[in-house]
Amino acid sequence: MLVGLLILGVATAATLTLTALQDNINLFFSPTEVKQGKAPEGRTFRLGGMVVDGSVERSATDLNVSFDLTDTAEVVTVKYAGILPDLFREGQGIVTTGSIENGIFVAREVLAKHDENYMPPEVTDALKKANAKQYQTNGGVKNDS
Amino acid sequence: MNHPSHSESSDRSASRGSKWRWLHRFGSPAWMYGFSGRWAPRFAVVSAILFVIGLYQGLVIAPPDYQMGDSYRIIFIHVPSAWLSMFSYFVMAVAAAVGLVWRMKVADITARSIAPLGAIFTFCALVTGSLWGKPTWGTYWVWDARLTSELILLFLFIGYIALHDSFEDRRTGARASAVLAIVGVINLPIIHFSVEWWNTLHQGSTVTRLDGPTMDTSMLIPLLVMFVAFNFYFASVVLNRLRSRLLEHERKTNWVREVVHG
Repeated sequence: MLVGLLILGVATAATLTLTALQDNINLFFSPTEVKQGKAPEGRTFRLGGMVVDGSVERSATDLNVSFDLTDTAEVVTVKYAGILPDLFREGQGIVTTGSIENGIFVAREVLAKHDENYMPPEVTDALKKANAKQYQTNGGVKNDS
Repeated sequence: MNHPSHSESSDRSASRGSKWRWLHRFGSPAWMYGFSGRWAPRFAVVSAILFVIGLYQGLVIAPPDYQMGDSYRIIFIHVPSAWLSMFSYFVMAVAAAVGLVWRMKVADITARSIAPLGAIFTFCALVTGSLWGKPTWGTYWVWDARLTSELILLFLFIGYIALHDSFEDRRTGARASAVLAIVGVINLPIIHFSVEWWNTLHQGSTVTRLDGPTMDTSMLIPLLVMFVAFNFYFASVVLNRLRSRLLEHERKTNWVREVVHG
């Protein structure tokens, strides 16, 4: 009885706390939230999303790089000077730390987010070939995943 | 430190109904000592065999990942460790609750036997995840919901051990720490669902998904073998630890005297 009440009480407390902290527990803001003005302006925050295909522009002379981040609804342009993680590529989810300056997100750190898929290279090659065929028949754009 | 009231109360309840009598044997330290002595070595053998098979399959036979290459192979340690960190906490909390409600000494000792092992599994999950995080994510640590809640689990284990052992009277310590263990159970669903409830750097579930695992079979099979191996290892070590703690707690009783002096 006492144990039951204890568990009930703690569960309620935890639920209330977590609901109250909902926004603080999220690791990053999405591009949509940034466009809606939910992200703190002029302050450092984390932005997460997918790197838009074909948007990565690397400087030929230094480590400056710029790319677009999307959550499929909105797009935010990110600028970064530094070494990107190995898993950084177009179409990949990333989380980046920085702040908005003149509508552009200036990143201090870029982290790659790994997805929940584990496959041997042969399988992805086969998938890519199947995709490429589909795109050829549809006359669609190149898909570099 | 002998508490005869424990065995008396379990004897009394044992006579209440024969249907549950088999269950009451688990409450008898002497019976439990013999039981764990029989099963611990068997579990250890099964675990050792599965470890050899699982590690060979995972590190030699399984193909590299299409993105991460060979670094993903740490999941064969990381995922079973993370699972056992949560599973052992759950078993520990249930044992502590049984000890708290029914005043069962063996349950208290079982909970206390599990705690350090659970802490080690949690530590392994955190360290292996961190080592994988550096090449994959680009950082050893980030304060996202999954990583933070798993760190809290480590603190819960350590807190449980500290609280349990900080009283002169064993039963006071067991009661106080049982409350902590039960309260801490709330952290388990938070750890598991953290990747769904919030934006995290840690990826979502791969194996325990409604639409089936998103992992190639050639990698999933060694992972499952390692998973079973870890569970048998856990059972074996817990039973061994339980055995030695039982002897220590019951050192003034006749059955221990018989065990020691033949």
